[in-house]
Amino acid sequence: MRYVIVGSGPAGLNAIEAIREVDKEGEILLITAEKYVGYSRPLITYLLGRKVTEEKMYYRTEDYLREMRVDIKPATRVEKVIPEEKTVVTDSGEEIRYDKLLIATGGKPFVPNIEGLTGKKGVFTFTTWEDEEKVEKYIEENDVKEVVVLGGGLIGLKTTEALMELGVKVTIVELADRILSVTFDRKASEIITEALKKEGCSVITNDTVVKVNGDDTVSSVVLKSGKEIPTKLLVIAIGVKPNVEFLKDSGIEINRGIVVNEKMETNVEGVYAAGDCTEFYDLIDGQRKTIAIWPVAVAQGRVAGYNMAGKNVRYPGGIPMNSVELAGIPTISVGHSNVEDGGYEILTFEEGNTYKKMVLKDNRLVGAILVNDIDRAGIYTGLILQKLDVSSFKDRLLDENFGLVYLPKEFRKKMLEGEIKIWLE
Amino acid sequence: MRRILIREEYCMGCKLCEINCVAAQVETGNLIKVYRYVPELPEPNVIVEEHDYVTFALQCRNCDDPSCLKACMTGAMHRDPKTGAIRVNQEKCVGCWMCVMACPFGVIRRNTKEKKVASKCDLCADRGTPGCVEGCPNEALVLVEVRE
Amino acid sequence: MRVCSYGANFYDENANRVYTENTKCVGCHFCEAICPTEAITVRKNDFDIRPLAHWTPEHLIGIMKQAETGGVLLTSMGNDRPYFSYFDRIVLNASQVTNPSIDPLREPMEIRTYIGRKEEKLEIEEDEDGTVKLKTEIAPQLKLEVPVMFTAMSYGSISLNAILSLARAARTVGTFFNTGEGGLPKELREFKDNMIVQVASGRFGVSADYLNAGSAVEIKIGQGAKPGIGGHLPGEKVTEPISETRMIPVGTDALSPAPHHDIYSIEDLRQLIYAIKEATRYEKPVGVKIAAVHNVAPIAAGAVRAGADYIVIDGIRGGTGAAPKITRDHVGIPIEFAVAVVDQRLREEGIRHMASIVVAGGIRNSADVIKAIALGADAVYIGTAALISLGCHLCQTCYLGKCNWGIATQDPKLTKRLNPEIGARRAANLLRAWAHEIKEILGGMGINAIESLRGNREVLRGVGLHEYELKLLGIKPAGEAW
Repeated sequence: MRYVIVGSGPAGLNAIEAIREVDKEGEILLITAEKYVGYSRPLITYLLGRKVTEEKMYYRTEDYLREMRVDIKPATRVEKVIPEEKTVVTDSGEEIRYDKLLIATGGKPFVPNIEGLTGKKGVFTFTTWEDEEKVEKYIEENDVKEVVVLGGGLIGLKTTEALMELGVKVTIVELADRILSVTFDRKASEIITEALKKEGCSVITNDTVVKVNGDDTVSSVVLKSGKEIPTKLLVIAIGVKPNVEFLKDSGIEINRGIVVNEKMETNVEGVYAAGDCTEFYDLIDGQRKTIAIWPVAVAQGRVAGYNMAGKNVRYPGGIPMNSVELAGIPTISVGHSNVEDGGYEILTFEEGNTYKKMVLKDNRLVGAILVNDIDRAGIYTGLILQKLDVSSFKDRLLDENFGLVYLPKEFRKKMLEGEIKIWLE
Repeated sequence: MRRILIREEYCMGCKLCEINCVAAQVETGNLIKVYRYVPELPEPNVIVEEHDYVTFALQCRNCDDPSCLKACMTGAMHRDPKTGAIRVNQEKCVGCWMCVMACPFGVIRRNTKEKKVASKCDLCADRGTPGCVEGCPNEALVLVEVRE
Repeated sequence: MRVCSYGANFYDENANRVYTENTKCVGCHFCEAICPTEAITVRKNDFDIRPLAHWTPEHLIGIMKQAETGGVLLTSMGNDRPYFSYFDRIVLNASQVTNPSIDPLREPMEIRTYIGRKEEKLEIEEDEDGTVKLKTEIAPQLKLEVPVMFTAMSYGSISLNAILSLARAARTVGTFFNTGEGGLPKELREFKDNMIVQVASGRFGVSADYLNAGSAVEIKIGQGAKPGIGGHLPGEKVTEPISETRMIPVGTDALSPAPHHDIYSIEDLRQLIYAIKEATRYEKPVGVKIAAVHNVAPIAAGAVRAGADYIVIDGIRGGTGAAPKITRDHVGIPIEFAVAVVDQRLREEGIRHMASIVVAGGIRNSADVIKAIALGADAVYIGTAALISLGCHLCQTCYLGKCNWGIATQDPKLTKRLNPEIGARRAANLLRAWAHEIKEILGGMGINAIESLRGNREVLRGVGLHEYELKLLGIKPAGEAW
C-alpha cells in the first residue's frame, strides 16, 4: 500500500499519524511545496515578533516523521493529478504512483489586482515561513520603519502585532467599516481597534489600496480616498482561498474548495482531501463551506488518514472558531457569533475591556464571543458542538463563574464520564 | 490507564482536593510546610464547581479524543506515552489559547504572566495516588483503572 | 468555615481571619475532622455560669431558654443524666483450671442467633423408607450472624445516605436494620432480606406492600427516649421525598399520636398483630417494641401472649431524633432491670420460648451486648453506636436538622457529606469488631455458642450494688462463687 500525502500542514501531518495508528507497514510519501517540513504556519508571526525560536517552529519534526517511516519530498510542487493512472506529476516532471492520495494543500493568499503592484520589491504576502524570512530580511536590509498592512483580518492583525514588536510603525487598511469584520462583531472590533491605536498603530477603514508607487521597490501607496501613505513595505493579507488550481483537469469535484464526503473522500476513488483546501458541512447551519481553521484541519486530516488506512471514521462537521490575543487582549470567537437578524437571541455583558456575547437560536447556543475574560471558554464551544438545549440555564451563561455545574445533571454526568464525544465520532 | 472518577453526589465542596493538589505539585508535599514556607505556590489543577447543593471537583479528564490536542498549533499539547495523560510542553507553548477555546470541560488554565498554559493535571504521574484523590475525605474523587 | 451548617465559623474580610462564634458551636467536631492541618480544636467552653452542684448550668440554661420562649425544651439522642449505669456495675466471668477456655480462632464458635417464636418441643417422624423428617412446623425466624441489629431510625429523622449505610452494612454482615416509622424509600426495596419494617402510631407509609417489603414487621408502641408520648415531624421537614415515603401531603405536619388509636388493651394489640400476620401470610415474625417502664414485665408478657414473636425493650437511655428533654431525661427505667425482669417473668409464666427478647437503649460496646444477653436478651439493637460509626459526635442537636455529618438532616448540601459506601464499610467494621470481641469473651468463659449465654446470669457478678438491685437483676455480688 502506498499512501501519498500532498501538503505538510496540520491536515497532512495528522493524516500521517492516523494512518500509522492503523497501518504500520504501508509506504507513506509526503510531498510538500514547503522548504521547511512539519512547522506550524500560525507560528510565523511569533517568529517574526521574536517570540519563538526557529527550533520551536516545528509542530512535528522531520526526525519524528522519519521515525514514523515517512519519505519526504520537500520543496516539490504537485502540478497534476491523473486519477486514471493513479499518479501525481510534480513540478520536476516526476510521476509518482499512489494507492491512496490525500490532498491537503491548504490555502493560498489572495492577491488583488492593484495598479503598480506586479514586479515591485517590498510587496509580500505572509502565510509561510519563507514569507517570514523574506519580510524579516527586507526589513533589515532596507531599514523599514513604516509598513502598510492591507487587510484587517486575523492574518493581517497578527502580522501587524509582530511588526510592532520589531518597532515598526504599522498602518492597517481595511475595506470594510471595521477590522476583524468576519470573525468578530462590532463591539469586539471596537475594543481591539482602540487597544491597537493605543499601542501606536493606525487603523484606516472603509478604504483600500488602489495604487502602489515606486520604481523598483515600493515607496508609497495610494488609497481609494486619495490619501498617500509613504512606506517601503506592503503586506497583503486580504484573505486566502483553497489551493486547488492544480486539480483543474483531474476530474475531482471542486466547488469553492474540494468537495468531500464525511469520510473525506472526493468524488474520485482513492483520492481524499482534508483541511483548508476542502469544503464541508458547517455543523450549525448545515451549509457547505470552507472552515479554514487549525482544529478542523487536524480533525479532517485524522478522519482522512483513518479512512485511507481502512478504518471507518466519520467527520460530523466543524464550526468556525478562533482564538487570538491582540494588543494584550485575549479574544475568542466560536460558531456563528457575528450574526445580523434571523431569530437569534443575543445575551451580552460589558465591563471595560471585557465583553461577552452569547448567540442563541431555538434555545441552542450557536455562537459566542469572549473578549479579555476567556477562561473556561471551551465550555461554550462544547455547548455549541453538542447543540444542547440551554433554556434551563440561559441566564447563567454570562455569569462570572459559569461552569458545568449549571448543566443538566444527566448530561453533565455523561460528559464527566467521557460518554459524550466531541468532534470525532 | 488511570482515570479520576468524579462522584458529585458525595462531594461536599470542602476544597481539600485543591489544597492537596497544590501540595502535590510542590516537592515537600507536607501541607503545613507547603503553605507556610513555599514562597510562590502553584495554582491547583482541580476546580471545585459549586451551585446550590451541587458541588464537584473537576480536573483534566485526559480524554480519549482530546479537543485540546487537536486545537494546539504548536505541538506543545501531547499525550504522555507512558501514563496516557495529556501534558503540555511549556517550552513550546506560545499562549494562543486555542486549547482554552477547545476544552469542553474548561479545565485548562492560563498563566497570564508568562503567556503560557499553566501546568495541567498530569494525574500526579510521579506520585502513587493523585493529591486530590488522596485528600478527598469522602471518596468523591476515586482513582480507577480503565481499559484502553 | 465553609462547612459549618450552624455558621459558627466565619471569615472577617477586614481582619482577614476566621473567627468563631462560640455560642453557635454545637460541638459536633466536623470542622476539626475536616481541617487538614489540625489547626482547629473544639474545646469545652468554661462559661461564666457558676458550676453549682444542685443548680447546674444545664438547669440554669434550660430555665433561661424557657423564660424566653415559653416552650418545651427539645433535645436529641439518648438520656445523658448521670444515672447509674448498671452495665458498668456488672463484671463478667472467665474460665480458670476447672473449666477450660476456648480459643475462638482455633475452635468453632457460634454467635449466630435466631429471632422469632420457638416451639415448645420438636417432633420428628420417619417415613416408610426410613428418612427422618421434622414434624413440627418452625415459626418464621430472622437469622442473625451477629446478635446485633440496627434499631429503628426513620427516613426523615436520618438521611437516606445514613439508612443506606446501615442497610448495606446489615447485608454485608448478615443482620438487620429497621425502617422506623418513616415509610419505605424506594432505594431500600432491594434490602428486603435484611430489613425490618416498623408500624407505629402514625402508620406512615403503611400498606400491605410495605408490610411485605421486609423480613419482619415491628409494631412500635413506645420508645425509650420518650415513653408515653408520640412524635411530631414539623411540616417544613416534610419535603417531596419524605411526603412520598410517608404518604402524606408535602408541608403537612407528620403527627404520631401518643397511643395507637386502635390499641387500648392487650386484646387490641393481639388484633393488630394478627391482622399483620394475615397480611404477611404468617411468613414473617411480628415483633412489638415497648419502652422500659415500671410495669414492663407484665406488659411484655401480655404482648407475648397476644402473639408477638419478639419483644423489643427500649431503656431509659434510648436515643431519639427529637424529644422533649424533660421526658427523655426522666421517664422510664434502666434497660438492665427491664431485660432482667422481663426474662424472669416470661420464664415464670413458661412462655419465654414463645418470643425472642431484643434489648435497645444505650448499648455502647460488645461488653454491654454480652451483659444484656446474659441478663436474658436474644439480641440487641444499636442506634447511637451505629450513628457514631458513621461520624456522629453526639452533639445532641439532631432536632435542628442541620447535622454537619450528613446523618440527621435532609439538606442535600449536608446529606451528601455521608458517602454510604464509606458509611457501610464503617458500620460493618463495627459489627465485625464486636463479633470478634464477643467470641473472645465467650471463649474466655468456656462457652462456644451464644445460645448458652442467653439468660446465663451465673457469668455475671455485681460490683457495688445493693442487695435488692442484685435480686432484681438476678445476679450474685462479685466474690460469691457458683
